[in-house]
Amino acid sequence: MSTREGSVAVVGDKDSVLAFKALGVDVFPVDNEDDAKERVHMLARTHSVIYVTEQVALWAATYLKRYSARPYPVVVPIPSASGSQGLGMAGIKANVEKAIGADILFDKEDK
Amino acid sequence: MAKLNVNPTRMELRRLKNRLKTAVRGHKLLKDKSDEMVRRFMLYIRENKRLREEVEGELQAALNSFMLARATSSDATIEEAVAMPGTTVRLKTSSKNVMSVEVPVFEIEKGEESELYPYSFASVTSELDDAIASLSKLMPKLLKLAEVEKTCNMLADEIEKNRRRVNALEYVMIPQLEETIKYITMKLDENERGATTRLMKVKSMLEERKD
Repeated sequence: MSTREGSVAVVGDKDSVLAFKALGVDVFPVDNEDDAKERVHMLARTHSVIYVTEQVALWAATYLKRYSARPYPVVVPIPSASGSQGLGMAGIKANVEKAIGADILFDKEDK
Repeated sequence: MAKLNVNPTRMELRRLKNRLKTAVRGHKLLKDKSDEMVRRFMLYIRENKRLREEVEGELQAALNSFMLARATSSDATIEEAVAMPGTTVRLKTSSKNVMSVEVPVFEIEKGEESELYPYSFASVTSELDDAIASLSKLMPKLLKLAEVEKTCNMLADEIEKNRRRVNALEYVMIPQLEETIKYITMKLDENERGATTRLMKVKSMLEERKD
């Protein structure tokens, strides 16, 4: 059991993340690929949970892959103010396919 | 199937038989592990899907009202309103072991509870109140989602890795060992038969000479 400083951060375009500021979450608006990568990379050391908008998740995908093997930081894609592109659901689907070999979770609902 | 490159000796045979026993046992254990991991994974992934659907819907609504609030007030007003938050979100983070995968667990550490709305109601519209109220209600769910989704991610990776191990044992290691054991057994038997025949031949030659 390890304990680590537990702070929460949100990274994304300003419209989507500003609202989180009122909750006392650390908010970092970014609007281009380089900033997004650098920001996520820095936050990974200081924060244990990082919410990123789908756009940022795409921009920083190579970095995010690195964190997938250890418990912290937890990086979660969330939809932005302009709507969801389905990245989060795609992630779940990919997980199911990876683990089970076929997508049995979403198939059922379609029928 | 390729056999291993070993000397056909009794010692080697004994060693390989032991290795085969270990491999078969390991294969069975790993297969059981894989079954259990998939079972756990299914529990988590269902919850993950449910949570994500809920969170995405509610977050969308909250962000929409926030957008409305931004549209009705000036940028500076909104930024000033949220600039000094009255609450903080702190987490107590630890990890737990799910099928020998370290997954994150956290609980919300309640800071000193003060005002949820860190601004005066006179300066902004009610949309902002709505947005912040629903966001703060959503926060525990968002954190739960983070926890569950990470768990699913890590479990999925581990299941895949484990499956490779099981397959390597089942389709490569075990057949190879069996093949090699068979080869050595046959070679040893052949040697024995050869030796017997030689003895018989020698004996008959000796008898011929005596006559």
